[in-house]
Amino acid sequence: MTIPSTKLRFATVWLAGCSGCHMSFLDLDEWLFELAEHVDVVFSPVASDLKTYPEQVDVCLVEGAVANVDNLELALQLRQRTRLVISFGDCAVTGNVPALRNLWADVDGGSRQSVLDRSYLELADTGAQHPHAPGIVPELLERVRPLHEVIPVDLYLPGCPPSAERIRAAIEPLLRGETPAMEGTAMLQFG
Amino acid sequence: MSVHTLTVDGVEVAVPEGASLLDAVRAAGVELPTLCHLDGLSPVGACRLCLVEMESSGHLQPACATAAGEGMAVLTQTPQLQHYRRMAVELFFAEGNHVCAFCVANGNCELQDVAVAVGMDHSRFPYQYPNRRVDASHPQFAIDHHRCILCTRCVRVCDEIEGAHVWDVANRGSECSIIAGLDQPWGEVQACTSCGKCVDVCPTGAIFRKDDTTGEKEANRERAGLLRSAREHHQWQNQ
Repeated sequence: MTIPSTKLRFATVWLAGCSGCHMSFLDLDEWLFELAEHVDVVFSPVASDLKTYPEQVDVCLVEGAVANVDNLELALQLRQRTRLVISFGDCAVTGNVPALRNLWADVDGGSRQSVLDRSYLELADTGAQHPHAPGIVPELLERVRPLHEVIPVDLYLPGCPPSAERIRAAIEPLLRGETPAMEGTAMLQFG
Repeated sequence: MSVHTLTVDGVEVAVPEGASLLDAVRAAGVELPTLCHLDGLSPVGACRLCLVEMESSGHLQPACATAAGEGMAVLTQTPQLQHYRRMAVELFFAEGNHVCAFCVANGNCELQDVAVAVGMDHSRFPYQYPNRRVDASHPQFAIDHHRCILCTRCVRVCDEIEGAHVWDVANRGSECSIIAGLDQPWGEVQACTSCGKCVDVCPTGAIFRKDDTTGEKEANRERAGLLRSAREHHQWQNQ
């Protein structure tokens, strides 16, 4: 007979971001051992090798903006399967750097064509060509969006990246079933 | 000198004639967020962050651009005001392209600070991503219009303190922008004395020194007020 775990089912997701928020999460260092006593990490690019987002997740940190069809699909899926969704870092909260291509939304071809042409044709040293592998390389969305424009978000954890201290201050109350006080420079400042 | 007595959030304060409601609010020890206001420059009431409610009428007035009057009673922290303030800050972020992460003023930006002050954890308004210009034609300075909130501090400091009037405001609505000279590249405007006062008073990273990179801008936003008090009251920094 297995005893049902009382640990929180905890996930982290990496959408269109640089992984800096996850690196900052790893900067929690020895507190990660404490965290591990309170949570089961059920999905995370830095702590598990699962490819399918599981059911009945309690808390999910979502890094990155929504920039391609894979990001969008995973965002919709994790919302359905997660009790508390946290926008993790400036890309998830504001769009930040990945969303800068939205500046080219009104030019010929739009932002998607502009960023692909610039990256793969104009700046190519050799073999200039667009990436094309249907079903493998996800298509870019025309407009990059912050997470809350795609799914309802329960908590916002800004910062580029949020410091380990800020991440801990946001997560620790959740382990006790409390809501963190997101206020003041230490918790809210962008950048 | 005659004095006006009024109440701010129920606290009685006395301010000299000619003082603004913002002066009275500060005299009462209340902190109001401001962006366009800067001590030493004329008030314009452009940013709407210092809105206060007149108890008698319920009207909202910008404290910086409203004269304090005898017997006035103002409220500064009603739920409605707090709601509007946060909304105004979110609209500033949504209207321009404010990316703190790589901004020259990251950590030294008044827009970033008021976002914290009003408790903005995200913008409820969709970002507009206006495709604006960067003018780096001046040898020492540059202006990145993506980061401009149209507070007009640069316009006022250049006109009122430096007397050069290099800056002005052109167009309306979402096309509204700060222009140099007759909408020329900044570096070609001969009236510019390269004094750097516009760099110092800019609340964001819109106007900056070319030497500065991410997070390196050190603005000297007291400069306008210090120069004004030196000229008008002969009070100098070293006295």
